Amino acid sequence: MSSAREQAWREEREAKVIPITKHRGATVPHPAEAPEGSEAPEGSAGPATPHAAEAVAQAVGNALSGPLGGIAGRLLGNGWEQRAANGLAFLRRRLTGDYEIDEFGFDQELTEQVFLSLMRPIADRYFRVEVRGAEHLPAEGGALVVANHSGVLPLDALMTQVAIHDHAGRHLRMLAADLVFVLPGAGELARKAGHTLACNEDAQRLLENGEIVGVWPEGFKGIGKPFADRYKLQRFGRGGFVSSALRAGVPIVPCSIVGAEEIYPMIGNAKTLARLLGLPYVPITPTFPWLGPLGALPLPTKWVIQFGEPIHTDAYPPEAADDPMLMFNLTDQVRETVQHTLYRMLVQRRSVFF
Amino acid sequence: MGNVVLVTGVGRHLGSRFAQVIRDQPGVDLVVGVDVQPPSRPIGGAAPYTFVGADIRRPVVARVIADHGVTTVVHLNVSTTTLGSTSRGAVKETNVIGTMQLLAAVQKAPSVRRLVVKSTTSVYGSAPRDPAVFQERMQPKVLPTGGFAKDAVEVEGYVRGFSRRRPDVAVGVLRFANILGPDADTPLNEYFALPVLPTVLGFDPRLQFVHEDDAVETLRLAALDPRRGTTNSGTFNVAGDGVMLLSQAARRLGKPTVPMLLQAVSFMAGLARRTGVLDFSPEQLRLLTHGRVVDTTQLRETFGYTPAYTTEQALACLAAAQGPGLLPPARVAAWTDRVARTLQVTPETIERTQG
Repeated sequence: MSSAREQAWREEREAKVIPITKHRGATVPHPAEAPEGSEAPEGSAGPATPHAAEAVAQAVGNALSGPLGGIAGRLLGNGWEQRAANGLAFLRRRLTGDYEIDEFGFDQELTEQVFLSLMRPIADRYFRVEVRGAEHLPAEGGALVVANHSGVLPLDALMTQVAIHDHAGRHLRMLAADLVFVLPGAGELARKAGHTLACNEDAQRLLENGEIVGVWPEGFKGIGKPFADRYKLQRFGRGGFVSSALRAGVPIVPCSIVGAEEIYPMIGNAKTLARLLGLPYVPITPTFPWLGPLGALPLPTKWVIQFGEPIHTDAYPPEAADDPMLMFNLTDQVRETVQHTLYRMLVQRRSVFF
Repeated sequence: MGNVVLVTGVGRHLGSRFAQVIRDQPGVDLVVGVDVQPPSRPIGGAAPYTFVGADIRRPVVARVIADHGVTTVVHLNVSTTTLGSTSRGAVKETNVIGTMQLLAAVQKAPSVRRLVVKSTTSVYGSAPRDPAVFQERMQPKVLPTGGFAKDAVEVEGYVRGFSRRRPDVAVGVLRFANILGPDADTPLNEYFALPVLPTVLGFDPRLQFVHEDDAVETLRLAALDPRRGTTNSGTFNVAGDGVMLLSQAARRLGKPTVPMLLQAVSFMAGLARRTGVLDFSPEQLRLLTHGRVVDTTQLRETFGYTPAYTTEQALACLAAAQGPGLLPPARVAAWTDRVARTLQVTPETIERTQG
C-alpha cells in the first residue's frame, strides 16, 4: 500500500514537471506526451494560451485517471468520481445563483443537500429516532402535523422534519415562533429550510399549496417547561391551526414525540437574565451552564416519533372555521389524542436512553 | 370627445416612457405631461402632446385639467426621490402635498373619469413579524413609520378618500414591487450598480422585481378602458413571478457581497445619503434586511395581466445591461468546471470511463 502510494506520488511529481517544461519550451503540445483518456486543455482556455496552471491541472488529471485513480477509488470508495462530480455541480449552481426558491424563501436543493444531510446523522445515530405511523402522512396534498413541543431547543421540530422527509418523502414546512425571524442568522436559515412565521395567513397559504405544514401549538410554554412537567401538554395556543386546516380542508395528523423532553432536563430558569436578553427563558440544567459549552450538548436519549390517525376536516363546510365551539372541540380532540398517545408510549418505553 | 390623458411625473424615466406609449394608443386625443422639468429625451408618438412645466404642489394643476378637458389622470409623481433635490422634506412635500393638490383639482373636474396612481409594495412595510406573502387586502403588522413608504401609505389614504367622494371616477392603484430595468432610476437599481454589495449580516431577504416594460404596460392597461372580462379599478400588486434572495441576485449579477452588522450598514447608508453618493433610505435598508413578497393573483386574474418578465428575467436584463461584475457567474462556473476537469470528474468523462 505504502509503496504503491509512494510510486504514485513519484509519478505525479514527474507528470507535473514534464508538461511545465514542455510548455516553456514549445507552445505546441506534443501529441506523444498527451496520454489517451486525458482531456486536452483546448476545451478550456483555447490552444493559443497554454498556461502553466493548465498544464499542472492536466497532469494532475492524468495522474488521477491513471495510477492515482485506483488509489483514490480505494481511499474514497467506489463511485467517488460520481460524488465529486455531483458535489462540483452543486457548488457551481450555488456559486452562480442558479437555483430556485419559493415565495416563502424555501431552498429545496440546499435543504436536501446540506441541512438534511447534517441533521440526518443526529437523528439516526445520536437520538436513534424511531418513526411510527408514517403511512398516516399523505403522499400528496396538504396536511397539518400537530406535535408536542419540548426540549429547550426546537430539536424535536428539526428531527420531525428529517423523519417526514426520510419516511414519507415530503418536505415539512414548519411554522416557527417570531423570535426565530428576529434573530440574525436564525431567520435566514429557517426560511431557507422551508419554515415560516406562525400566522394564519402563512399557514393557510402553505396548506392550500398542498404542503405538509408542521405546527407546535404549545410554543414557548411547551418547549421551555420545567423537567417536572415533562410530557404534560400545555395549552394549545388559541387553536388557530385548526381553523387554518378547516379552511384549507386538509387532514390534521397528530404527532407525539417521546425522548425530546429529556435531552435538556430544565431544572431552573434564569428569569432575570432571560428578561435582560429578551428571551422567553434561559434554561438551567444539571450540566448547563456549569460545564460551559459542553453542558449545551443534548443527552443522547432514545426518541420515538409517532404519527397518529389523521383527523379529517373535509367533511366540515368552510364556514365551520368561524364556529368557535367547533374550533375548541377539534383543538381538544387533537390535544387529547397527542396526550394519550404520549402516555401510552411512555408506558411502553423501556428506558430513557435505549 | 376622446381621451385626454394627464401624466404627472413625466420628467422621470417611467413617466416619459409611459407618455410615449400612451400617445400611440387608439382613442387618445391628447397627452398632457406635467412635471417641474421636461423629460431629458423627446417623447414620440402619434397623438398630440403638450408639456406643462408646473409643480403639482401648486393649484395651477387644476387650471391645466380644466383647460384641456382631461379625462384620465395618471399620477406617477410618487417617488423616493425628486428631480434635482435630495432633501427628504421636499420629496415628502411632492409626494403627499402634491397628491392632495392633484386630487383636489381632479375632484372639481367633472371631465375626469379615470385615475391611476402609482404606489409601491413598500406600503406593506418590511418586518420580521409579517406574513411571508402579502395580499392586497392584508394590513401590515407594523405600518411604515417614515420615508417613502409612509408617503405611499398616506397617498393611498387620500386616494381612498377621493374615491369615496367621487364614486363615478374609476380609481386604479398599482402597487409596484421594485422596478428594475436597464435605464430605470429606482433606488434598488442604483444599489445593484454598486461594484460590491453591502448586505446585512445574518439576513437574506426575499425580493421581487418588476421589469420596467411590465410597469409601463400595466400602467397602459390601467389608463385605458378595461378589456372584456377584466377590471382595472381597485388596488393591485404588480410584481414579476418568482422570488429571489438577495444573495442569489448578487451572485447572478456577479457582485461580491459584504455582510455587515445592521448598525454598520445603517451608518454607511446614512453617510452615503448625506454625501449624496447614493440614496439609500432606512426603509430601503429594512427591505434589504427582511425582504418582502406580494401575491399577484389579483393582477393575473382580475386585472388580466401576467408580467412578461419574471423576477429572474428582470434581474437578468439588468445584469446584461450592467455588464459583468467583479465575479461574473460565467467565470465562477469556469473555475468549478476546471476543477472538475482536473479531477476528471465531469459527467462526460465518467460516462466514458464507465461506458
